[in-house]
Amino acid sequence: MYPSMSCWTRRGLLLALALGLALLVPMALSLGAAEKTRRSVGNGHGTGVTLRPDDSHGDGHGVNKTKKIFPVLTFDFAHVKIPFEISLWVLLASLMKLGFHLIPRLSSIVPESCLLIVVGLLVGGLMKLVGAAPPELQSDVFFLYLLPPIILDAGYFLPIRPFSENLGTILMFAVVGTLWNSFFIGGLLYAVCQIEGTDLKSIGLLPCFLFGSVISAVDPVAVLAVFEEIHINELLHILVFGESLLNDAVTVVLYHLFEEYSGLGMVTFLDVFLGVICFLVVSLGGVLVGAFYGLLAAFTSRFASHTRVIEPLFVFVYSYMSYLSAEVFHLSGIMALIACGAVMRPYVEANISHKSHTTTKYFLKMWSSVSETLIFIFLGVSTVAGLHSWNWTFVTVTIILCLVARVLGVMGLTFVINKFRIVKLTNKDQFIIAYGGLRGAIAFSLGYLLHPEEFPMRNMFLTTIITVVFFTVFVQGMTIRPLVDLLAVKKKQETKRSINEEIHTQFLDHLLTGIEDICGHYGHHHWKDKLNRFNKKYVKKCLIAGERSKEPQLIAFYHKMEMKQAIELVESGGGVKLPSAVPSTVSMQNIQPKKSNSERALPQISKSREEEIRKILRSNLQKTRQRLRSYNRHTLVGEPDEDGWNDLLLKRQKIMDMDKQISRMSNYLTVPAPPPESPTLSRSRLASDPQHYVPKPTLGNVPIIKVDLASPQSPEYVSVVDEFQKEAVPLKEEDEDAGGLTMKVPLGDPKKEEQEQQDGGKEQQRLMRCLSDPGPGGAEEEDEPFLP
Amino acid sequence: MGSSNSTLSKIPNLGRLIEETGFTPAHIKRLYKRFQALDKGNKGYLSPQDFGSVKELATNPIGDRIIGAFFSQGQETVDFHSFVRILAHFRPLDKNRAKRPDSPEPINSRISKLRFAFQLYDQDNDGKISRDELLQVLRTMLEMQVTEEQLESIADRTIQEADLDGDNAISFDEFRKSLEKVNIEHKMSSRFLH
Repeated sequence: MYPSMSCWTRRGLLLALALGLALLVPMALSLGAAEKTRRSVGNGHGTGVTLRPDDSHGDGHGVNKTKKIFPVLTFDFAHVKIPFEISLWVLLASLMKLGFHLIPRLSSIVPESCLLIVVGLLVGGLMKLVGAAPPELQSDVFFLYLLPPIILDAGYFLPIRPFSENLGTILMFAVVGTLWNSFFIGGLLYAVCQIEGTDLKSIGLLPCFLFGSVISAVDPVAVLAVFEEIHINELLHILVFGESLLNDAVTVVLYHLFEEYSGLGMVTFLDVFLGVICFLVVSLGGVLVGAFYGLLAAFTSRFASHTRVIEPLFVFVYSYMSYLSAEVFHLSGIMALIACGAVMRPYVEANISHKSHTTTKYFLKMWSSVSETLIFIFLGVSTVAGLHSWNWTFVTVTIILCLVARVLGVMGLTFVINKFRIVKLTNKDQFIIAYGGLRGAIAFSLGYLLHPEEFPMRNMFLTTIITVVFFTVFVQGMTIRPLVDLLAVKKKQETKRSINEEIHTQFLDHLLTGIEDICGHYGHHHWKDKLNRFNKKYVKKCLIAGERSKEPQLIAFYHKMEMKQAIELVESGGGVKLPSAVPSTVSMQNIQPKKSNSERALPQISKSREEEIRKILRSNLQKTRQRLRSYNRHTLVGEPDEDGWNDLLLKRQKIMDMDKQISRMSNYLTVPAPPPESPTLSRSRLASDPQHYVPKPTLGNVPIIKVDLASPQSPEYVSVVDEFQKEAVPLKEEDEDAGGLTMKVPLGDPKKEEQEQQDGGKEQQRLMRCLSDPGPGGAEEEDEPFLP
Repeated sequence: MGSSNSTLSKIPNLGRLIEETGFTPAHIKRLYKRFQALDKGNKGYLSPQDFGSVKELATNPIGDRIIGAFFSQGQETVDFHSFVRILAHFRPLDKNRAKRPDSPEPINSRISKLRFAFQLYDQDNDGKISRDELLQVLRTMLEMQVTEEQLESIADRTIQEADLDGDNAISFDEFRKSLEKVNIEHKMSSRFLH
């Protein structure tokens, strides 16, 4: 009884809070409106908050200054009005999002976008009741503030491999498909408008085409919102999503073309030809602008190692600048953003710290999530707010035409595309692609941008657009999930990539490139190979700092896996003895079950050692914690618990390794692969701050891996230091029988006293040195792994 | 028209070739032209040096393995039939092909493709990819950018992941299983041979 009650009370409280806020918004806005009507002339647009500072402060400055009582508490809402309203809206959006997920049944039936639109409708209705003018979704706000985060998030995390493999298909759908849709819908609408009795005669051909181009573009926001929840397989997802992104160029060109000339009423061939040129300029120009800013960002991030706190800022600002720059020239801002994010990602990730990477990821997700929520809520509010002109014929014909055009277009294009594809698109695929063509806020905003004077039927257009958007989002959005299940469309595979797959895929890539060369055919693989070589040879050297530029992809992938496992190992907690079922990078874990009798003998040996190590570690932990630097706002200080985590990881690895060593000495077990300890162990000594610590090698071929925790791609930030560059110092002593933790400190070290200590040969001291965390205080040498 | 007929007529056993590999006559003609282009000196067969003239293969990490795959055990030459038969592995799958239960596995089926790839790994043809063979492959693919220890740990990790029967080597079945999520039909097909 108890748990359910508390669960429900919690939910109830949260919903009450959300509703309360929903009521608060119209209240606040009505207050603002009341003040506004008192002061300013209405300027037609809803959120028109014309703040006049002089007004708010001007009342007290009269000529006749009479002495007033000193105001202890005043109410001055006007001067925080705008930020207050914005924050209220954002808060409302976020609370709504929270609220939906508390009601699991609802969120599994109805996609979030629908719920948000309904909320918007409710809020808009409430505001109208209260008497405030609900704000409409202004195109400026939408295009400049709400849309970029979503597109940047999409572009930065765009899966490049499936995207580039299907690029031809995507472009076909985006360009040819959108053109077909626009002209089909526009043309047929015009024909319908000419029919007697619909009183739509006034709409000319070009406005019809304009309307067609606005309504035919598949919307990335809506597609993302719906497809995200149905977890469809990667191919379909990238096809529909890629199409929604790339059709922006077409839409921009068509929109401008028809808008320019609909006043004149005719378009010549020259205009059409120029339109085609314009399309090429818009799309390629957008991509170039984006790529340029992406390279700039990558280059900047190379030098950012000393100011890690502002690293994420570079990602955001450069991307936003690329969007704005593209918009200056009326190029496709969306394509610029996508290009920028996709180009900068591999290089920036290799350069920035782990924390910055996490920050970037979460900020992008957060902003895009809030933006998306706000967009849908505003769509709902704008519906209530706008002036509508409903025309049954126009609306129904539009909806029907949209569906028909989409289906015909997809079918026709697939027929052509399948001739060129290796993996053909099936009928099921075609259906999902056609059904997934959702319209959204971009269409609405484009319609909103039309001038009422040139387009007297603007209100009717807007009403129709909203209706189509509602139809696609509600009807198609809600039914796509059961349809996907019904048709048994392949879902996304949630599994992780194994190292086998990675190796074999690379192998096959090389194989196919070779075969293509033998056939004399310069195909897909050939050019990809050339691009990779170029990238490795020139670009990476410029844009990636330090030695990470030379790290091959396979190694990066391998380290990522090892890191993940190490983290899982630590987080799973438990005792020193890890279950042998856990596949781990530490090969010691390969203890086969049949050797369990020898395993039993082990603990006796290790326990005493364990205690020793634990004691030493504990004392070292305290030592490390005390070494905190003075607080500096501009540097990232490693938190104490992070140190603790590192030490914990350290400890585990040490103990495991020690056990392994002991076992080897005692000949109880044959451990398969000795060497792998070294990378793992080195890696496990994670520095908590960006300062590298450099392990000094003694032997030539012991791999030393420099670990920089600060780097994001856990794999990529491990780089192999070329041992041959360092001085090779001969081994000090050879006796490793005493338990296998032999530390050898090379001669060239600044800390000579440590070396003298070591000459004592006491194992404990050796342990201490190897196990002590290199603190920020400075380069306590990392000793190389304890392997012979 | 006449020239195509004469080209095709030069190829012995054309019908059987088409039957085995599934190439159309037009394809075979194209491949024959390529064969002739590679065959400097018009010997009627290819030797390893002829493959060497394809300069991109020199920069390919597994170039020599690919060349070696064309020459079956101990042979020094490869004739047109074998040439086409090897390349037929990379033909895209035709989904509409009626599956006759008694017919042998088509040469471009998933299994055959995987078997071909497996043989490239397994140089000593013992039916397993041993740790050393894997190490060799890794060494050539990573082109000396990593240390021996790293290679060994990757190789160990790979075998550990794929090895199901504990013999510390990857058999063909284990190889196949580890790649079951990869779209081999797509990855191992060349559009040229479509």
